[in-house]
Amino acid sequence: MGQTIIEKIIAHNIGAPSVKPGQIVTVQADRVMVDDIMMPFIVSKFNEMGFGKVWDPDKVVMIYDHLVPASQQDDVRHYQVGDRFAEKYGIRNVHRSDGICHQLMTEAGYVKPGDVVFGTDSHTTTYGCVGAFSTGIGYTEMAAILGTGTLWVKVPETIKVVIEGEMPEGVMSKDLILRLIGDLGADGATYRALEFSGPAVDAMSVASRMTMANMAIEAGAKCALFTPDAKTAEYCNVELDQFQKGLTGDADAVYERTMVYQAEELVPVMACPSQVDKIQEVRELEGTPIDQVFIGSCTNGRLEDLEAAARVLKGKKVAPFVKLVVTPASRKVYEDALKAGILKVLVEAGAILTHPGCGLCCGRTGGILSDGERVVATNNRNFLGRMGTSKVEIYLASPATAAACAAAGTITAERNVSYEGAQEGKDQCHAASGGSRHPL
Amino acid sequence: MEQFTGKVWVLGDDIDTDIIIPTEYLAMKTIEDMKQYGFSPLRPELAAKIGKGDIIVAGKNFGCGSSREQAPEVVKALGIRCVIARSFARIFFRNAINNGLLLMEQPDLYDDVAEGDQITVTVNQAVHYNGKNYPIASLPDNLVEILNAGGLVKAMRKRNGLEKEEDHGTDHY
Amino acid sequence: MGMTIAEKIIALAAGVPEAKAGNIYTVNLDRMMSNDGTTHLTVDMYHNKLKNPHIADTKKMVFIVDHNVPSDSPKTAASQKKMRDFAREHGIDFWEGKGVCHQIMMEHYVCPGELIFGADSHTCTYGALGAFGTGVGCTDLLYGMVTGTSWVLAPETMKFRLTGKLPEGVYPRDLMLTIIGTIGANGANYRVMEFCGDGAETLSVDDRMVLCNLAVEAGAKTAIFQADQIALEYLKARGREPKAVFCSDADAVYHSEYTFDLSKIRPVVAKPDFVDALAPASEVCGVHIDQAFLGSCNNGRIGELRTGAAILKGRKVADHVRFLVVPASQEVYLQAMEEGLLQIFMESGAIVMNPNCSVCWGSCQGVIGEGEVLISTGTRNFKGRAGHPSSKVYLASAATVAASAVKGEICTADRL
Repeated sequence: MGQTIIEKIIAHNIGAPSVKPGQIVTVQADRVMVDDIMMPFIVSKFNEMGFGKVWDPDKVVMIYDHLVPASQQDDVRHYQVGDRFAEKYGIRNVHRSDGICHQLMTEAGYVKPGDVVFGTDSHTTTYGCVGAFSTGIGYTEMAAILGTGTLWVKVPETIKVVIEGEMPEGVMSKDLILRLIGDLGADGATYRALEFSGPAVDAMSVASRMTMANMAIEAGAKCALFTPDAKTAEYCNVELDQFQKGLTGDADAVYERTMVYQAEELVPVMACPSQVDKIQEVRELEGTPIDQVFIGSCTNGRLEDLEAAARVLKGKKVAPFVKLVVTPASRKVYEDALKAGILKVLVEAGAILTHPGCGLCCGRTGGILSDGERVVATNNRNFLGRMGTSKVEIYLASPATAAACAAAGTITAERNVSYEGAQEGKDQCHAASGGSRHPL
Repeated sequence: MEQFTGKVWVLGDDIDTDIIIPTEYLAMKTIEDMKQYGFSPLRPELAAKIGKGDIIVAGKNFGCGSSREQAPEVVKALGIRCVIARSFARIFFRNAINNGLLLMEQPDLYDDVAEGDQITVTVNQAVHYNGKNYPIASLPDNLVEILNAGGLVKAMRKRNGLEKEEDHGTDHY
Repeated sequence: MGMTIAEKIIALAAGVPEAKAGNIYTVNLDRMMSNDGTTHLTVDMYHNKLKNPHIADTKKMVFIVDHNVPSDSPKTAASQKKMRDFAREHGIDFWEGKGVCHQIMMEHYVCPGELIFGADSHTCTYGALGAFGTGVGCTDLLYGMVTGTSWVLAPETMKFRLTGKLPEGVYPRDLMLTIIGTIGANGANYRVMEFCGDGAETLSVDDRMVLCNLAVEAGAKTAIFQADQIALEYLKARGREPKAVFCSDADAVYHSEYTFDLSKIRPVVAKPDFVDALAPASEVCGVHIDQAFLGSCNNGRIGELRTGAAILKGRKVADHVRFLVVPASQEVYLQAMEEGLLQIFMESGAIVMNPNCSVCWGSCQGVIGEGEVLISTGTRNFKGRAGHPSSKVYLASAATVAASAVKGEICTADRL
């Protein structure tokens, strides 16, 4: 009988001809990712468990990103504990200020199609963009994997999501995944794998697929998978082998259900405060005043995202009294965007450009807000209190929409600001100009 | 069959890990330092009120969001005996079991129970409230093994020859 | 009798023919700057303590958010919101995330001959353009905001005659640390440090800012250079006109006079925990560091970034070192981007942050931990200034900081 992608990966990993949903199996980790915020807890659990060595130090990647740059004195302790652990157990893959863990895992070549990867962060689902089974776990399980190299998993059922047609102008993969989460609900894919296919998905860049795999967790999914193709091979710098090439859902595979979307029908949307599945079309929210915009995160901090924002903001200024914070996802993204002139456009528009890292998305620093403020953000969560107090309203959107909102100072769709001669502004704000909104 | 009674705190749907313990406090040195901030974005007063042996009853998707294991640890450190919800998010579920925090899925109790009431739980069988029984499913064997071992750390200690009790709950590693 | 530049500026602001050190004058303020360190307190007082709250002239006010940018906690966010809302309501110039306040003031506001109050101790920076800038508390600032005036005790002036030229590899930063080390951290208390001499003519406005900015670390009320051709060109390039160009009279009275031969200055550091704990940089080479910082209103301009980038080019920051590079303003940031400096920093493994006070302010970003050592181009190395009370801060030039970041221990550029 046919198999889904996740079934193929797990079967391959355990050396079985096939597996079935519901089956509990022990898999070998091909790679694990450990981030800074969990570091002290992992080390203490690892020591408590009594392991004398790390099962395979080269399969471990340590990434400092949530606490970079340190905003509190104790943050540094996380680096110190990590550095000591890495030195003691011979872990060489340590990134101290190179960007967000999920961006680096695929970008720096740690994850290949068909791999099984675990990380101490819920957005570890991201690596499904290259056809890997990757999922988030807690620090106790990570400590156990560091000692044993293995973890039990329940083979999940798969929800098949087919995107027919071609994505319309101004609609990004973020709009698509938000729409899907809205339809599924925040727990609609819990314990399950999402499997994406269809012409619109085939036409997408790996970066766009990353946005979708990244947010699968927001529907509760264990993982999200894309079939590796030529773009994947190029991105991962590998030649796909037979197993990797075969990572498609078989025609006779059994799916929990199948959802079909017609890309042409998609429109820019937002997740409204404070649930990721509370989706509304941007045009329904048009005119809502905002205080801040955040473009970045492992969801939408890549080159194509910054480029989309720059396209909107070229020659314009961020609206008076509105703050635009841009945090590229990685050092490489920053450098590429720098060379492409994208950063120049953003900074000239008035963006506050920070060093790559989790930034505002993880709520530690990078533009925390206070009571009564409203932010449009390209990241993955709009939970209560995620970016400051519980009285902050967070709207999640695509980078194109976010940039348009920054220029307008209100919630608006990209098409409204992307025209010749839109708003001119100054670097400093006068109340006179701040009071009047540009007629859009 | 193990049975216990406790006072109920009722929380809603989609209680996420940022509500259970906000990122701001995640880098504190110990769970003891953190626990006073448990549930603070939603109900800042709650952490101080929860007593040992209390029970949380919640709607769907409890623990959604981050993989932060501080979340179930904070819930446990606050003295919560178990969480009964319509459903749990996946990572939270694993993390809770690995730390020996008991979770139970129950579809109807949430609609009926009122905060402050007492309920009695018979593990792997049912919740008893207002003369009514609310059935609960039993956990899969491999999870029972971890729980019986006293959590994943203890299970690993046994595997590494550091705990002397009878050997169960280790084979699946 | 003759007057110093400072006395002349005060006389002009007070509308009197002559001002003399030791007398108190009521002055009209030309400009008032307030940042997110204290503006929320000023706004609270404005609303709660005044019978008839009003602002004498909103055009004289500048609000700048620079200390915690982008904000790092609900508390700082609330302070900044209060400031933003007030600026919007009253039509006050408002800058957020565009740079350190003193850099913004120099780029956009300060003119020779002006008397400027800033609610920040390093307001003395403006002397680089021949203005009298001084730091005040938020009560003084509020009084100035409401009345447009204030009182000043005309300070005595100390003359620092600079001769010669700084040698290659030695920077104004080394010079000023040497001066402070010589006269002590209270060596200029209440007084004005006036810089003059042929050595002063070798210094750009950016260089002069380095000197004036640190004057407060010697206790000075302010520091000042005569607004010469170099200063006027800086001003002209930015489309501004001087209010008045003053030079000290030949028979002006000085509290004291010092001469520093620039050619004899060598790379130095200020050791923990005092700005006047002067030592030759060569003496502390080899001290292990955890973090390095290139930035601040003292040393985060294009010249310092060029110096740092020249050292970093083709090199890597040591594995264990966090090297934060923070341009002083968005203008500096863009220029550094144009010149390829940011690319060099990024390739070397540095952390390039948005313009703000950053590590120098010891909060928000690049906070250092227990027992850690920082080498910094910031303004202060007081105990706990950059983070944990047990941490240590060495102050040095951009060159020494960059070389140390590469080496992983304190190292002068020539020894790298």
